[in-house]
Amino acid sequence: MKIKIHYLLLLICMLPGAGHAQDRLRLATTTSTENTGLLAVLHPPFEKKYAVKVDVIAVGTGKALRLGRNGDVDLVLVHAPAAEKKFVAQGFGVERLPVMHNDFVLLGPGSDPAKIRDAGSLTAAMTALAITGTGFVSRGDDSGTHKMEMSLWQAASIRPEGDWYLAVGQGMGAVLKIANDKLAYTITDRGTYLAFKDKIELELVYEGAEQLANPYHIILVNPEKHPHVKSKLAQHYADFVRSEQGQMIIRGYKVAGEQLFYPDVIY
Amino acid sequence: MNYFFQALADAFSLIVSLDSEVYIIVWTSLKISLVAVFAASLVGIPLGLYTALREFPGKSFVLQMLNTLMALPTVVVGLVLYGVFTRQGPLGGLGMLYTAEVIIVGQCILIIPIIWNLSITAAKAADPRLADTCKALGANTLQQGWIFVGEVRYALMAAMIIGFGRAIGEVGVAMMLGGNIEGFTRTMTTAIALQTSKGEFEFGLALGVLLMTVAFVVNAILQWFQSLNQ
Repeated sequence: MKIKIHYLLLLICMLPGAGHAQDRLRLATTTSTENTGLLAVLHPPFEKKYAVKVDVIAVGTGKALRLGRNGDVDLVLVHAPAAEKKFVAQGFGVERLPVMHNDFVLLGPGSDPAKIRDAGSLTAAMTALAITGTGFVSRGDDSGTHKMEMSLWQAASIRPEGDWYLAVGQGMGAVLKIANDKLAYTITDRGTYLAFKDKIELELVYEGAEQLANPYHIILVNPEKHPHVKSKLAQHYADFVRSEQGQMIIRGYKVAGEQLFYPDVIY
Repeated sequence: MNYFFQALADAFSLIVSLDSEVYIIVWTSLKISLVAVFAASLVGIPLGLYTALREFPGKSFVLQMLNTLMALPTVVVGLVLYGVFTRQGPLGGLGMLYTAEVIIVGQCILIIPIIWNLSITAAKAADPRLADTCKALGANTLQQGWIFVGEVRYALMAAMIIGFGRAIGEVGVAMMLGGNIEGFTRTMTTAIALQTSKGEFEFGLALGVLLMTVAFVVNAILQWFQSLNQ
């Protein structure tokens, strides 16, 4: 019995290690950048150039900023301008660096019972959603998309409450599936919509308003607050993503033939 | 039905294709949970035997606490340990957050009460004359404990198997403390959660089938060890 337990322990020790030798950079980002697959093509050239591994922690923007504030990550790549500005103003981040943008769109069932397609303005569209009460699925997770949605309700002076309003507290992909199953409306970033277009029956019912812009920024965690952060490496990352090479990768990234993100640094 | 067929087909192709990403995920899960279950056993089994064989003040309170801790939600362990290991926390200086090691710590905390509790049951189920014999032969606490380990080893192994099941199947600790980092702290359960959040329900379910397959194989191996002794 004793000897056999030794064998078992030996077996466990032989399991492959996680590999600590390589330098690691910790990036907290949003589910929308990770779920669309952009980071999987953006990171390898950077990782090769600097012999580093980027650890991606994909969470909602609210949690990503919280991790930055606690010094648990080296930098963040997020999309909630108001919360970002506050993060920098409070001294947790160094500077907001523009990276790329796309926009938010409203999705809904093809029959469009709330007649959002005919809405003259974004405010009219949001009002129609609340009045008809045909069902709206919200992220409800303090993510960038959720913050955007809340700002739209606020702009229309609506308090989203009631049976028609479902705050599910899940990622963008799961929310699209839920809205699809419930034949409800929802709001999503265009990147995730394009990535999901073939998997859902929901249709694009509203787009193009100025308020629906969705800019992504990189913010380095302030080394004065958290001396342990790898600010030099983080700066290399920001420089790479904003370099011609990085911006070309972003421009060239397509899903089902459609461009998902538009670079913000002009070359 | 298409949904389930798709998931089963995906699971099958995952297992046969030995995709390196999936392979790393499976190893990460196995390694973390096996280390956790052995570490938890080193603590839980001696404590369990001691609790079963000795009387001490507050024993009934300990038993009640143990039963309560069996219901510990995984995400609560994650939240508490996040507070301990975040850079702002008391052990933040170690920089252990988002590593496999800290998931092991979390899973240990999760399963020590289980192994502790089941070890008590195991020792109580032993022949009642055993304790008296030990006493008559003048065995000290340590010797008596070791005799009991040998005597009730099958029940202790069962406790470890249950602990392993809880560890490999939990998602709260691995997600909160590991961060689901690809190739580093992504376990089978966090990978399932990720696929679900991406809306890839079929692929998530396929990973679930894979997890059950792995758990089955590990249990088969442990049972084989048990049978060698019989």
